[in-house]
Amino acid sequence: MTLETFLLLAAALFCVGLFGALSQQSIVMLMMGLELMINGVVAAGAGFWFWVSPGTADGQVLVLVAITVMALEMAMGFAVVTALFRARDVDMTDDAGDLRG
Amino acid sequence: MEDVAFWVLAVAAVASGVAVFVVDSMARATFALLASFLCVGAELLLIDLHYLGVLVILMMIMEMLVMAVFMVMYMMNPAGLMPMTMLHNTRGALAISGGAFVVLAAGIFTVPWPERAGRPPRDPTLALGESVMGPKMLVMMVIGIAILATMIATVVLATHRGRYDRDGAP
Repeated sequence: MTLETFLLLAAALFCVGLFGALSQQSIVMLMMGLELMINGVVAAGAGFWFWVSPGTADGQVLVLVAITVMALEMAMGFAVVTALFRARDVDMTDDAGDLRG
Repeated sequence: MEDVAFWVLAVAAVASGVAVFVVDSMARATFALLASFLCVGAELLLIDLHYLGVLVILMMIMEMLVMAVFMVMYMMNPAGLMPMTMLHNTRGALAISGGAFVVLAAGIFTVPWPERAGRPPRDPTLALGESVMGPKMLVMMVIGIAILATMIATVVLATHRGRYDRDGAP
């Protein structure tokens, strides 16, 4: 159990989440990919706290922020999905391409 | 002993993370995601972060149960009865995420990480509490306001529109 292995776990979780966020058609599944990415960030933050600077609590505060972001992201995501579904009966990313450049 | 626990939990976390996008029902995917979160919470417990580990575990159980309800609402394939693909551009996504993992792993093993500064406190929870209620209080205040703003914004987004389309609605 070293900093490298812990970061490797974080990177693997982040990249699995990235794959989901890029490839899923359902908006709810896409959000699960985002959650998995933040899960990796939580693991990385905790690893950095323990192996780089355990003397101060900064790393722990960062993990706390990441956990909050995870909860808020899910709440906002579901609100947006609900609004979109109510307005247009859409729950697929391909039908919600309004911001396509 | 801790090493074994770390590796078992790490493999389980990544495997259930992969399972989220492999199983063919969204309800199963939700519980696979929950398993991944529980493994990461247990990893935090392994490195003395008792409060944050328990926080992740308890919060994620609640969050995934709420998510399961939403899954039932928006599910494309309720119980895997009707196998269907929910992916687009799989190859591109695989290439990008695989490339990102290679770059991250290379960075992890080549960057000279700084020496460990200090020792873990005897009670990390106490250190976190004193930090959040002392020098890092601004973080806590911003989190509080962000949660309040999210609560208002989600209600505004999720309710029916206001008084202006009450009569004109078809």
